Amino acid sequence: MTTIDLSEVTSADLEAVSQISREADVDPDDCYQCGKCTAGCPMAHEMDLVPRQIIRSLQLGLYRRVLTAKSPWVCAQCQVCSVRCPQEVRIAELMLAVRHAAKREGLRPVRETDIFDDIFVSNIRSQGRNNEVFLAAFYNLQSGHLVQDVANVPAMVARGMIGPRINHVKDKAAVRRIVDKVLKKGSSGSSDSLDTPSSPSSSVAPSSPSSPGQRDGDAQ
Amino acid sequence: MIETAAISAPRTPLRYSYFPGCSADSTGISYTLSTAYVARKIELELVEIPDWCCCGISAAAVTDPELGIALSARSMALSERANPGLDVVAPCTGCFKSLKTAVSFARKSTSNHARVEELIEMPYAASAEAYSLLEVLSQPEVATVVKERICGSLQGLKVACYYGCAIVRPPAISQFDDPENPQSMDTLMQLAGAEPLSWAYKTECCGASHQISAPRSARVLIERILANAAANGAQAIVTACPLCTLNLDLREKEINRARQNRGEKPFNIPIYYFTELLGLVMGGSAKELGVNRHFWPVSAIDIGVANSSLDAEVVA
Ligand code: SF4
Ligand code: SF4
Repeated sequence: MTTIDLSEVTSADLEAVSQISREADVDPDDCYQCGKCTAGCPMAHEMDLVPRQIIRSLQLGLYRRVLTAKSPWVCAQCQVCSVRCPQEVRIAELMLAVRHAAKREGLRPVRETDIFDDIFVSNIRSQGRNNEVFLAAFYNLQSGHLVQDVANVPAMVARGMIGPRINHVKDKAAVRRIVDKVLKKGSSGSSDSLDTPSSPSSSVAPSSPSSPGQRDGDAQ
Repeated sequence: MIETAAISAPRTPLRYSYFPGCSADSTGISYTLSTAYVARKIELELVEIPDWCCCGISAAAVTDPELGIALSARSMALSERANPGLDVVAPCTGCFKSLKTAVSFARKSTSNHARVEELIEMPYAASAEAYSLLEVLSQPEVATVVKERICGSLQGLKVACYYGCAIVRPPAISQFDDPENPQSMDTLMQLAGAEPLSWAYKTECCGASHQISAPRSARVLIERILANAAANGAQAIVTACPLCTLNLDLREKEINRARQNRGEKPFNIPIYYFTELLGLVMGGSAKELGVNRHFWPVSAIDIGVANSSLDAEVVA
């Protein structure tokens, strides 16, 4: 049995943890550790701290421990945990709030999921819609997984799934203003980059995967 | 049959504002084609929202919940302006969830409502509802018309109806069917002459975009779904979401290779959109419905209707 050392928990940690629960609008203390969330979690096999342990760590104020955990980044946001919890603890929201807290501190324990989401959002910002081919191509470039899924491309072309169609909205500026307004509020410190003219090759929002101060760790 | 027309009350025209979603003309092309076919057959008019934008799906919501809400609200507001009085239908369940999240957020409080309008710089009444296509076709009045248009039968084909996450979870948003054991697709498949199976993975997650960003961790999610369908004797999996479908259909081959390397039995389960199977028993051909664009080969199903056998030649 492992024991948890609480001697390092500071009042700043406790405050940071309560900020996470405020953002999620969820009180981790409602959890009585039954483990039902974890039993149904489809990604639990990939988590260093399973959902029940994330909640327990939050209850104990173990801010650093949750911040460096991979779990919130491999969470697929499927909502099974939240729906099944007998105490109505919305665990998925806590996972998200932990992820945001980590990102504010320049941490991203799993690089790939973060890169994917950033590219997705910058794709919307520049085109208004998501071109799945651009999405996959830029993901491969920025993640370094260059040949991933390339073997499927000819089959997709043959099925009319990939082509030179133009898939963007007419009023791209309106969509861009929405993205910029929401992300500026987040004070992620990257608001400068939001004003740069966008091209498909510049990943802008909300923090460029190549920007310094971020720790990389492989998902796999 | 003038008599029938005279006695039965005129049917309220079925009209919905249509949100196609980003995959509609790419990876979800078969869903789009089969939706259009079924809609034509049941005289369901789909009026596309002009200049709709991406709903943001989970990437935007994960980045900032307000982003997903604002992007979706923009399309809902454009719909209210261009197609007043019409509710919105989204075939993709991811789009459905995003749109519905925006509607309930805006309706929750006046401050929420004001915030949404401020972000989208447009008036938005939040009066139109957002529905998934499955929900629209499952409404009793619509299902009756669906039934009337069916001329063939899937002859007891054993199908595992796969709903995925977003169409039922969280129930406070989706407000649709039973979140643990939904039945609406099963009922439609019964109308089509199939035998819907009881199985455990109806609403399990397919891994969504993690199949690209965390493939090694997420492949097993697809494998479990295929395995449980196979264990329950499924001859096909039926879906209502382009991302679920792509994940299952595109990856089955790769998963089978890995299984064979481990000395395990490969699967042989074709994946169909529920609209493809409905279209088929309404007389549509595999080509019209986009069934020939699948990755995993479809099987020959004799449905007893001329020229709509599923014995389709799949694109090489
Ligand atoms: S299901 Fe709810 S009460 Fe049980 S361990 Fe998970 S969060 Fe705690
Ligand atoms: S939302 Fe995340 S933590 Fe909850 S069950 Fe799904 S993958 Fe697991």
